[in-house]
Amino acid sequence: MPDDDFYARVDGVRQPDPTLGRSVRRRAERAAVEPVPPEPESGQGAHRAGRQPAHAAEPEQQKVRRKRVVLADPRQESHTLRARVELEEQTSWGELLIKDLMKAQLRTGLLLALLVLLVLGAMPLAFYLVPTLSDLSVIGVPLPWLLLGIAPFPLLFGVGLWYNRLAERHERDFVDMIES
Amino acid sequence: MQSNPWALAGVVLVAALTFYLGHRSSRFAHSTHDFLVARRTVRSRRNAAAISGEYLSAASFLGVAGIVLKDGADALWFPIGFTAGYLALMLFVAAPLRRSGAYTLPDFLEARLGSTQLRKFSTAFVAFIGILYMVPQLQGAGLALTSIMPAPAWVGAVVVTCIVGFNVIAGGMRAITIVQAFQYWLKLFAIAAPTFVLCVVFFTGGAGGTAGSLGSVTPPMFQQETSVAIETDVVLEVGEPTPLRVSHQDDAELVWIPGNEYRVDAGATLIFPAGAAVPVVSGTPADNATWLRAGSGGTEGLLGTYSLIFATFLGTMGLPHVLVRFYTNPDGKAARRTTVHVLLLLGLFYLFPVMLGALSRMYVPELLVTGKTDAAVLLLPSAMLPGIAGQIIGAVTAAGAFAAFLSTSSGLLVSVAGVLSTDMLPGRVRDFRVATGLVALVPMLLAVFLRTEDLSLSIGMSFALAASTFCPLLVLGIWWRRLTWVGATAGMAVGGFLVLVALVSNIVSRYTGEWAPWFVEQPALITVPAAFLSTIVVSLGTKDRTPDDLNAVMLRLHAPDPLGFMRDRAVARFGRAEEKARMGRGRHRK
Repeated sequence: MPDDDFYARVDGVRQPDPTLGRSVRRRAERAAVEPVPPEPESGQGAHRAGRQPAHAAEPEQQKVRRKRVVLADPRQESHTLRARVELEEQTSWGELLIKDLMKAQLRTGLLLALLVLLVLGAMPLAFYLVPTLSDLSVIGVPLPWLLLGIAPFPLLFGVGLWYNRLAERHERDFVDMIES
Repeated sequence: MQSNPWALAGVVLVAALTFYLGHRSSRFAHSTHDFLVARRTVRSRRNAAAISGEYLSAASFLGVAGIVLKDGADALWFPIGFTAGYLALMLFVAAPLRRSGAYTLPDFLEARLGSTQLRKFSTAFVAFIGILYMVPQLQGAGLALTSIMPAPAWVGAVVVTCIVGFNVIAGGMRAITIVQAFQYWLKLFAIAAPTFVLCVVFFTGGAGGTAGSLGSVTPPMFQQETSVAIETDVVLEVGEPTPLRVSHQDDAELVWIPGNEYRVDAGATLIFPAGAAVPVVSGTPADNATWLRAGSGGTEGLLGTYSLIFATFLGTMGLPHVLVRFYTNPDGKAARRTTVHVLLLLGLFYLFPVMLGALSRMYVPELLVTGKTDAAVLLLPSAMLPGIAGQIIGAVTAAGAFAAFLSTSSGLLVSVAGVLSTDMLPGRVRDFRVATGLVALVPMLLAVFLRTEDLSLSIGMSFALAASTFCPLLVLGIWWRRLTWVGATAGMAVGGFLVLVALVSNIVSRYTGEWAPWFVEQPALITVPAAFLSTIVVSLGTKDRTPDDLNAVMLRLHAPDPLGFMRDRAVARFGRAEEKARMGRGRHRK
């Protein structure tokens, strides 16, 4: 995306455009997204156009409609509503926001999975390459039984707890961002 | 096997309690919404207990101890994998899956990829995996019943099918949620309490004769003259020269030499003198020194271990009965929290079967000869504590085992019946009941007529199948925007086909002299990457088939819950639960 840095970033997630809801250009774009009532002659074609906001370049006759919607908007529109609508109607900006959230969540998940895989996946190899490990014992219990029978469970629970925190934090940040 | 009235009483008690709880809570189930997803109002704590209760199947309750008894340290990877699967599920699937608002796995796939062909295809796989998983549960029930009372093995399968079928027909998911949550705690008690008692007995030295300490290098030994009846054909090997008599062959004195394999046919009785080494089923470690070590299987064992890790880590997220419980969470956040609880509950549980497995190597070594190691948990108490104390503890473990069969099979039955009733039938409550009846019959017949294999091994195969069919679909469907339905179908077909080939050749190899290499027994290391690869390649090749509403679906899957983008699928079709209850016919009022 070339104009990536147009938006401020917090924790790797894009913040809403600060000019959101004020810029005339954006206003016009949003109004074009409003589902158009089906035209009498071609019902399904109009429906398609309503779902695809990218086709902003519509013929002239729509301009009249646009003005009407703008006038119908409340004078003091809150950002919350605006951001939600953008999300719901999947403007390119809303799509980017969701993509960023997905990236953040996926990155966290992959990192934690990699951590667990490295720790657990190293164990069979370690026991295979260094057979003397199996002969060690701690307080009378052979090391492999401690490492395989007990240790992985606290590890898994801990990582689960950690991921839960991180994922909820990402979501909270996202919601705060939308609602601020 | 002598009959144990205590154990029988325990089993009957568990069955009656299950039936009662299911019956009581089924009064509140009216709508399809209730039957399929318990009205999506199950709180995370109870849901976690229900998930764990359903997940801890016969393979966990009996199989883990059995395979530890047989394979030693290398078997510890089974409980690790069973638990770690939930971590993978949580990291990549749990919350988005719940937010999709789907009712079943095919429903999710249709919502994401918009293809009815794929929906039908995946329906078939869900039914297949569910039934493949249910058969060992029912066979395990037969095994448990035969070891506590003189009854043919099919009785257990039929009894479990009847109880479970009745509960599911009466109340669906609504009824079995509470049953399964109750059964987790029952199972935890039924495995923890005997472990504590038996450990105390072991450390105070109050137990009967042991087969030698686990720390000694030699194989376990028979303490007194022991006769072992062989019920199915086995191939045995010994760790040191072993004298014995075989009742079949004119009672002649034989000596078995290490390095050879000895085939024993069903019906024979082997008589070992006191002090003889215990033979083991071919391919398992014979002496305690090897048994104690991890990684004793050589390169093949190493690869097999990695394959097992792959199958269990990724397979959990493809198991239909696990997924169906996730739809019952109120929202995505709750789904994630539920999984954290599940990790705790499972970790707690799996400490105990491992200890029981180790103890049973000392006290019930004759199971190594017959190969029926899954019975270890059931037979260990009376072997360690002769008399009434042992019988009572045995009753507790038998009751727990029965709870395991009941809860897992009810979860499987609900998930498969839910899928069939919404996909093949109109999806009303009555269709759900019909589907339940039909689905219950198939695994019951299979369990009665197929031969019993090791519980953990056949479970390992269904994990491999789930990992190579549904796991790529879920992971890629949730995180990769370019997935197409053609790619998804291709991946599922490739993964499923490869696992089925492995399954069939494994069975053939068992009957024709064990020629199969390691990856036939544990194919996930090959099949899962193959499935992922073919999904990705075919999806990239069919770029133009990406669904039109991709962005809307992605928003629904990933937007945090408070924003309120979550829409339950099929509300339009079945109506909301509250409205249904209000507008329902008057006779439902109670």
